[in-house]
Amino acid sequence: MTVRVLVVDDECDVEMLFRQQFRRELREGRFVLDFAQSALVALAKVREADGGTIILLVSDINMPGMSGLDLLPRIKAERPDLPVLMVTAYGDATTRQAALERGAEGFLTKPIDFSALRSEVQARLAA
Amino acid sequence: MTQVLREELSVAAAQTSARALDLQRRRERAFHDVIKRINVSRGDVAEVFEYMLEHALDFCEASLGILFTYSEGVYRSVAYSKISDDFRRWLSGRDIIAEPETGLGRIARSRVPLHIDDVRGEKLYQSKNPLRIATADLGGARTFLAVPMLSGEELVGAFTIYRAEVRPFSPEQIEMVEAFAGQAALALTNARLLEQLDGKTREITRSLEALRGAQSRLIQTEKLAALGQLTAGVAHEIKNPLNFINNFADLSAELADELQELLASADPGALDEANEVAKTIKVNLGKVVEHGRRADSIVKNMLLHSRDGSGERRAVDLNAVADESLQLAYHGARAENPSFNARLSTAFDPNIGSVDVYPQELARVLLNLISNALYAVRKRQCGGKDPSFEAEVKLTTQGAPEEVEIRVRDNGTGIPEDVRARMFEPFFTTKPPGEGTGLGLSLSHDIIVKQHGGRIDVDSRVGEFTEFVITLPRQHGADQRSAT
Repeated sequence: MTVRVLVVDDECDVEMLFRQQFRRELREGRFVLDFAQSALVALAKVREADGGTIILLVSDINMPGMSGLDLLPRIKAERPDLPVLMVTAYGDATTRQAALERGAEGFLTKPIDFSALRSEVQARLAA
Repeated sequence: MTQVLREELSVAAAQTSARALDLQRRRERAFHDVIKRINVSRGDVAEVFEYMLEHALDFCEASLGILFTYSEGVYRSVAYSKISDDFRRWLSGRDIIAEPETGLGRIARSRVPLHIDDVRGEKLYQSKNPLRIATADLGGARTFLAVPMLSGEELVGAFTIYRAEVRPFSPEQIEMVEAFAGQAALALTNARLLEQLDGKTREITRSLEALRGAQSRLIQTEKLAALGQLTAGVAHEIKNPLNFINNFADLSAELADELQELLASADPGALDEANEVAKTIKVNLGKVVEHGRRADSIVKNMLLHSRDGSGERRAVDLNAVADESLQLAYHGARAENPSFNARLSTAFDPNIGSVDVYPQELARVLLNLISNALYAVRKRQCGGKDPSFEAEVKLTTQGAPEEVEIRVRDNGTGIPEDVRARMFEPFFTTKPPGEGTGLGLSLSHDIIVKQHGGRIDVDSRVGEFTEFVITLPRQHGADQRSAT
């Protein structure tokens, strides 16, 4: 069963971006990338039967409707073992603190440093 | 014998009445002249006083005259007639204290005219009182008449005339000077009142200027506050497209390298793959252009909002303006509180049609109302009583034949009745100090009602909801464009 990395962001170009950035890993079949454009869709995917294949969740914070910060505790309630990385344009200390307090494993600011993200993903895959 | 006497008596009597009549006429003419002068002069009393003194000297056959003003125990000479240079030099600018033994001092206490036959004859002269010495020796005065100038109960000055010889003034002459003194007192009082009035007017004008300055600074502050909100929202909005631009550009550079490798390789499948990579590069660059345009339009819109002055009233896509204001207000609120979020729902009438508005001003109004709505729902959210509470702000537009309607509805804390009565007042705010200028709604009201000829209505229930309804006429009756 191939493992999945779920990326949550309301901007649709994010998918194209991630697929190109991780084209080698995807070609090698190391993992599969899945995308959700809202927190609610992400929650639904996690709750699905094959939700267990999701080994890492990467989520934007600012989204219309439920924010990434509000999604975080709900994901943790559903899947305490699922690590969540928050990605956001607002890199201030308060937001960082709030994210970490709610259980985020990591916190990245935009523009995304993809090599940093890549190491985070490698780390989860290794685990 | 008696017949001759009688005749002489009647001639004498006739002469006396003729003289009296003549005197009377001369008095009247003198007064008439003086009054005319007072009316024309407005505030230049020195001139009028000199005129009065001249007439008095002439009428009373006096040699010199001085008019003094009096204030707080001190006399000052202000007008002179026929006095010597020496005497004038001595008097000019000198504060003369109303010493009790001096003539001026005596009338200050008695408030009645003082007639001295010979100023040299008095003890005051012998005791070398400086004023008396100056009057007698420098001024050459002998007989002296000083009449107090009274304004009601108040002593405001003294009208003084002198003869160079010892010859007392007649009762008529004294009466005449008393009349002049009365007129002079009046003129002086009038001049003082006018000066006070001028002073007050200047004060009020200064206050008005200061107030205007303060008002415009406050409006500027409000504009800057609104601009600050816009800037925060805009900055966030621009970051997104810029990130995509950078990312896709970077990727395309990497892919170009891969392309070169593939083209150089002898692998049979390489050419197909090379084509695929080339396609991806092209798509990426398309994305770069797309996000570049997005950033550009965000900046353009921001410039539109920050521009000063209203420009023209023109037809706009109201739904676009409304949506944009919503996004900007939301991002502004999130910039202030990154953990804040609310549900934004919109219901735009697709057939809303054309409306003539001042776009920057209208956008400012919507930004203000939506920001207030977000503040209200946040307050309710932070109140924390209901964990399942979902903050919502709803923006709707609706077209009607003659007008259009924009509604901003929130499920926040609501507006109590006493606040409702005052909320459009300038500087009225329910926010804590430093958080609001209290001008947002007042300006919004003015923009909608005065500038656009529309209406703002409010409906609200405390703890439940608030809804603002803006009604705008499609076309304003009077064309506001200037003739140039």
